[in-house]
Amino acid sequence: MYVAVKGGEAAIANAHQLLADRRRGDRSLPAISIDQIVAQLGLAVDRVMAEASLYDRELAALAVRQARGDMIEAIFILRAYRTTLPRFGMSVPVDTAAMKIERRISATYKDLPGGQLLGPTFDYTHRLLDPSLLSDEPVAEPTRRAADESAMMRVSDILAGEGLIEGDGQMPEDHVPGDLTREPLEFPLNRDLRLQALARGDEGFLLALAYSTQRGYARTHPFVGEVRIGEVDVELDIPELGFAVSLGPIQVTECQMVNQFQGSTKNPPQFTRGYGLVFGQSERKAMAMSLVDRALRAGEFGEDIVAPAQDEEFVISHSDNVQATGFVEHLKLPHYVDFQAELDLVRRMRAEYDAKSGIDKDGAREAAE
Amino acid sequence: MTDLATYNFAYLDEQTKRMIRRAILKAISIPGYQVPFASREMPMPYGWGTGGVQVTAAILGPADVLKVIDQGADDTTNAVSIRAFFQKVANVAVTTRTREATIIQTRHRIPEETLTAGQTLVYQVPIPEPLRFLEPRETETRKMHALEEYGLMHVKLYEDIARNGHIATTYAYPVKVEGRYVMDPSPTPKFDNPKMHMSEALQLFGAGREKRIYAVPPHTDVVSLDFEDHPFEIQHFDKPCALCGAEHVYLDEVVLDDKGGRMFVCSDTDHCEDRREHGHAGEMLARQEAAE
Repeated sequence: MYVAVKGGEAAIANAHQLLADRRRGDRSLPAISIDQIVAQLGLAVDRVMAEASLYDRELAALAVRQARGDMIEAIFILRAYRTTLPRFGMSVPVDTAAMKIERRISATYKDLPGGQLLGPTFDYTHRLLDPSLLSDEPVAEPTRRAADESAMMRVSDILAGEGLIEGDGQMPEDHVPGDLTREPLEFPLNRDLRLQALARGDEGFLLALAYSTQRGYARTHPFVGEVRIGEVDVELDIPELGFAVSLGPIQVTECQMVNQFQGSTKNPPQFTRGYGLVFGQSERKAMAMSLVDRALRAGEFGEDIVAPAQDEEFVISHSDNVQATGFVEHLKLPHYVDFQAELDLVRRMRAEYDAKSGIDKDGAREAAE
Repeated sequence: MTDLATYNFAYLDEQTKRMIRRAILKAISIPGYQVPFASREMPMPYGWGTGGVQVTAAILGPADVLKVIDQGADDTTNAVSIRAFFQKVANVAVTTRTREATIIQTRHRIPEETLTAGQTLVYQVPIPEPLRFLEPRETETRKMHALEEYGLMHVKLYEDIARNGHIATTYAYPVKVEGRYVMDPSPTPKFDNPKMHMSEALQLFGAGREKRIYAVPPHTDVVSLDFEDHPFEIQHFDKPCALCGAEHVYLDEVVLDDKGGRMFVCSDTDHCEDRREHGHAGEMLARQEAAE
């Protein structure tokens, strides 16, 4: 006997209780602490900060723990908190030339002022499972160089000195940077908004698009001019004071991609730029972002728009994983009203089809038997 | 971190509410036109009613009585979740009775009971653009609306008829509002389309992920697109509701067993309960009572 479906409230409460239980797991083990997540799962924390657009390691770690390690869920939780925060000002552009560098590599020059610094990278590790990590064996202190306070020249500045790379672009004096969290996006976008959208875009989506440009879908002939990771100061202009005040350092990863360009009627042959900047340490994301940024500038250079990675509406409308996961997963919500409507139509069309093709159902069955 | 848990009345800050209200006012002024708004991230996922929730949050006052339905029912899990959200963040009175509610947030249905002046129906909208599946680009569809260039939609409906003998759109059936904008009524079954026409209630549509709000003010012309020789028709059910005996209502099909047993019951649970309280009984209910 059909019983009207009741008890949604109790079911939800029970499901959430079970979720809390599974999140905690085996009670005989100590609970993982926020400090431990910040210290030992730092790159997960960085990704959550970057794609939630909120620089706060503790809150990001809390979100990772609350989400049971589901990255997109953690990003979502942190975003939903960020959106309730007031926006009290706009920072001065960060000066990445003044970065306190932890890693800096260039693929375009063998050696360059400031040198190549590998930093804490997975590159050149052999991806062999390390049994020593099964137990808590002591880890040796790393070698440290003496602190170097001098600014490290950017590779793009080296090329710019020769006039071989396009300018960094100037916004008009009165240009107020867009904020996609406060204004609805309207296509086509300015590059500031586009970079903003890419910076919070899904790492996997941008990675795949970037990869597609390397496989011939909008080829851009890229070279990693430079990747640098380190701390930069965030400064805020205080109108009452008349000068900028430092709010503190944040860790960022910057990638300057240098791309070949043959020149056009308007521009001489020169290198062009793709740019990536991401919170925390995320080289993959910064590199992918810079490749996609360059691909999306096709229109500026009069290049043919032939591939998905060059299509701004396509890329930006689908790069946000919080939006994407919500809409894909909403399909599990009930749709029986719509399905009923479709069912009715298909049954009606089916009846007409059967009538038209003149198959007598009973006759067909008899023949089969 | 303890002060993290304090949120404004109805979750959104007043600045955001003001921004949304301005979008709503503009939407009411241009019936059927999609107004872009700076949709916020909400604490529920995109696609789960964030647009409707933001509209409701922006218009909700302490004296309002809120009803939330999904698929016509008050007790589907997402309706329960959204109702609980507003009870928590706005401490607002809630009801399941259509006539008691001042604001009804809905997904996929319009209540069977005729809405009256002073009531507001808030629709959750996944894809606000009726032309989206004909033209994926926003830059193009905005132009088409601006130029009132709706030929593509008529061609699509015509092709349906040419191929299938029917217009193969059964829900989210496009309507023309006040003789100007073609509008997506959200994925309600086309059965509900006539209820939008000249309704006394204010109808607001919120699409969070797509960042659009649109509206049908009270007493507005809402016409489902059709052709003279293929007039618009709504679905008809062969049987009345098995529980309350109602006819001319939208029914859900419930599978009873693995031998093809089916029953049809009201999708609008409040309407069904109300009728049963007033002594109406459908076939199933009568049979069950006889057995007892």
